Amino acid sequence: MSADVAEEFAASLRDLGVSWSRTTREGFEETVADAVEPPAVGTELPFEGVSLAETDVTADPTPARLDAATTGVTAAAFAIADYGSVVLRPDESGTEPVSLYPERHVAVLAASDLVADMPAAFDRLAEAVERERGGGAESGGGTEGGDGTGGDAIIATRPSATADMGALVTGAHGPKTVHVIVLEDE
Amino acid sequence: MSSKSRDAKAAEIRRLLAEEGASVAENTRGFNEGRYESVARLDDYDELKAEARAIKEDAIERLPELIEEVRESVEANGGTVYLADDAADANQYIAEVVKDRDADTVVKSKSMTSEEIAVNDHLEARGTEVWETDLGEFVLQVADEAPSHIVAPAIHKSREGIAELFNAHFDVAEPLETAEELTQFAREYLGERIEEAEVGMTGANFVAAESGTMALVTSEGNARKTIQATDTQVAVAGVEKLIPTVSDLQPFVELIGRSGTGQDITSYVSLFTPPVESPTVDFADDETPLSEVGSDDREFHLVLIDNGRTAMREDDQLRETLYCIRCSACANSCANFQSVGGHAFGGETYSGGIATGWEAGVEGLDTAAEFNDLCTGCSRCVNQCPVNIDIPWINTVVRDRINRGDGGAGGESAEFDWLVEGLTPDEEPGGVSLQKRFFGNFETVAKVGSALAPASNWLADRAPSRWAMERILGIDRRRELPAFESQTLVEWFEARGGSRIAPTAADREAVLYPDLYTNHVQVKRGKAAIRVLEALGVSVRVPEMASSGRAPLSQGMIATAERHAEEVAPPLLDHIEAGRDVVVVEPSDLAMFEREYGKLLDGERHRALADGSYEVLEYVYGLLEHGEEVESLAAGEGEAVAYHSHCQQRTLDLEPYTTAVLDAADYDVITSDVECCGMAGSFGYKAEYYDLSMDVGEQLRDQFTAPETSDRTVVASGTSCLEQLDSLLLGRESRHPVELLDPKQ
Ligand code: SF4
Repeated sequence: MSADVAEEFAASLRDLGVSWSRTTREGFEETVADAVEPPAVGTELPFEGVSLAETDVTADPTPARLDAATTGVTAAAFAIADYGSVVLRPDESGTEPVSLYPERHVAVLAASDLVADMPAAFDRLAEAVERERGGGAESGGGTEGGDGTGGDAIIATRPSATADMGALVTGAHGPKTVHVIVLEDE
Repeated sequence: MSSKSRDAKAAEIRRLLAEEGASVAENTRGFNEGRYESVARLDDYDELKAEARAIKEDAIERLPELIEEVRESVEANGGTVYLADDAADANQYIAEVVKDRDADTVVKSKSMTSEEIAVNDHLEARGTEVWETDLGEFVLQVADEAPSHIVAPAIHKSREGIAELFNAHFDVAEPLETAEELTQFAREYLGERIEEAEVGMTGANFVAAESGTMALVTSEGNARKTIQATDTQVAVAGVEKLIPTVSDLQPFVELIGRSGTGQDITSYVSLFTPPVESPTVDFADDETPLSEVGSDDREFHLVLIDNGRTAMREDDQLRETLYCIRCSACANSCANFQSVGGHAFGGETYSGGIATGWEAGVEGLDTAAEFNDLCTGCSRCVNQCPVNIDIPWINTVVRDRINRGDGGAGGESAEFDWLVEGLTPDEEPGGVSLQKRFFGNFETVAKVGSALAPASNWLADRAPSRWAMERILGIDRRRELPAFESQTLVEWFEARGGSRIAPTAADREAVLYPDLYTNHVQVKRGKAAIRVLEALGVSVRVPEMASSGRAPLSQGMIATAERHAEEVAPPLLDHIEAGRDVVVVEPSDLAMFEREYGKLLDGERHRALADGSYEVLEYVYGLLEHGEEVESLAAGEGEAVAYHSHCQQRTLDLEPYTTAVLDAADYDVITSDVECCGMAGSFGYKAEYYDLSMDVGEQLRDQFTAPETSDRTVVASGTSCLEQLDSLLLGRESRHPVELLDPKQ
């Protein structure tokens, strides 16, 4: 990612009150340990050379474990610098419940997956939906051609919040706090 | 409206002002401020709005095609589409889905469309528990009330009120008090309901026809949970929510949160192409890893609701309503809404500015008639709408239809018809109420008033006449009436021998449009305007001319307004053709030429008139820019003034000219930033709206009585604003800014 875009992303996160940390593959386990509040669960990360296996985060938890967790760790498909948003892909492995139910969500983002703005983000999103559809058609229905997400995406910005109870409160139905780990490409 | 029903309406407004006004005001004004700040951060706000508008125009144009397309794509994904004709049809289908699924509990994520069809009642009557998971909706469900706002349904409730409600309704160990505690309680309570539920019902902010992808915009995350936790999803959406593709979502995603609550983007924008592939979770399961849980049972039903929308699409005037993305910017920027909220300013389901269009379309004119008059036509919402809907125009059209139909005051007090009959040379049929006809024909009233002044003023001020005017016409007794001058501006100008600057000696020639107020009431500002223009080397003409039609238009008398436009346009266009500029003092009349004449005249004449007309200080600004000397005008010498621009003038972005000219003339200017003075033409005179008008005005009073403004000279551009300011700031005389610049002052 270009330095400008990275800086803008950092500034957006700061304005939103979302914390973040930067790490390399080597430093990943330590960074995760700092970012989570135990008990933590997660979905396996799609980034090469990075795994939750050696951390205290329970990867691929049972629903009961998920229910008891304070932190959920998931990958972010990409992020949008000027909004400070991370884009999550609800998939068969459980990215949606893991990012949604625990009080704290830690999103892991590959630095190369940062886009500048919403038009760029929509290019990606439309492409993913298109891929799912194209894939589905080729393989004669179903989603075998896709990536198991059905093209679904959540543009998540800041923690969940409500002002319905007379003042702004975070953690309405979803997480109370969000942390982003940016994984540098070497 | 009879004087009795006027009294009842006034009492209801007073009640809402007292009970809900404070919470509504705080919240809507907060959203509104946030919106101004948030959209200012967009570099390409206007382009995004134009893009959003174009997408909606195209989508509504191709609606039947998109419905077929979405049916195919959703079915290809494994879901079902049901096109429901009306509420009953939709409810029946949904009830069947619930029954097939054997569901005891349905959880819902907020959806105005499901409010519109009252699906909760329908399901509950069949023994299904229905829970609203949006916390605002949940509060209302517990309180058994209707939403008061389309985005934030419970803003009329205070934290204390909610705490009281919850503590009385639920069996809580410790009384709940803080927003934090209330939220936590609701989250846990609803978390259990969500876990129990078999069916999740959501709305859809947008549905992309090409792929069947729906977009859901929330900040709480309840829509996500509703879908995640249940294996049967029912999405309920009006057919107007269809857009062609996922790419088309981009401008809306950038605009919707900003327009609604002033957040750049809400916490979650979910794009789901259901049935979703997330595993369903049973939290008791301590055996199966998430990735093996699977989602095979998931079912998806898209219920597209017509309920009058196809007819709206075929209606040239109501069609625009379908472009609405329900962001609520029009409501939040509306001064009246900020005071009374959606329980006064709304119908069965929808509230706020655009609600009249929606209610007229989905419920009918009678429902729309209940609150349509609360749109004063101030046009403050116009630039706030992310899809550029001309909301006041829709309200005017609906008002016109109400006037003509059963929703009007037909049959009311025919015994008093004589009173306005001679005064009302209008084009309107008898259904129009006397009050509306009186205000709508203000031109005749003004002519008679001037002719008989000062006797007419004396008579109008007497107690018995005030009593009669209140009882018959609904003109509030507490309002001071405009005093007619016996010599009109046109007469004065003629008597004076025309312009002091001969056309041959001038670089420019201008026609000062003698609007009703400047000609009959605010004659002083007209004289000042003439002298200011002359001081800047302009040769001026003030011909006798028909009124713009603003007065009848604001009463919903479109045919009469159109007749005025047809009378006003030809002579003005002749002047423009001859190279003269048209200068307008009254901002609402200039707005008529610039905006509403677009609906009343053909495009060519409208454009020529709009291009050739200027607000008086906009024109002065132009003259100064072109080398005229500000020294020719009266100098402020640092005089401190407090200036209130005019709603319609601000919509046209004309305020900066006045402040720039006053600055240049060495006045020290502070401007008000309140949305509206609350008077808005005839609105503030009407007995049923007097309290509301004064409540809105309070904002302006507060601003102009604050320590830094309380000693300042008060200036305002609009006649109604001046009158309202006079009654708000007793004893501080207000003036039009052009009077400050008058070399003869
Ligand atoms: S009319 Fe415009 S401003 Fe009002 S709710 Fe609809 S989209 Fe928003």
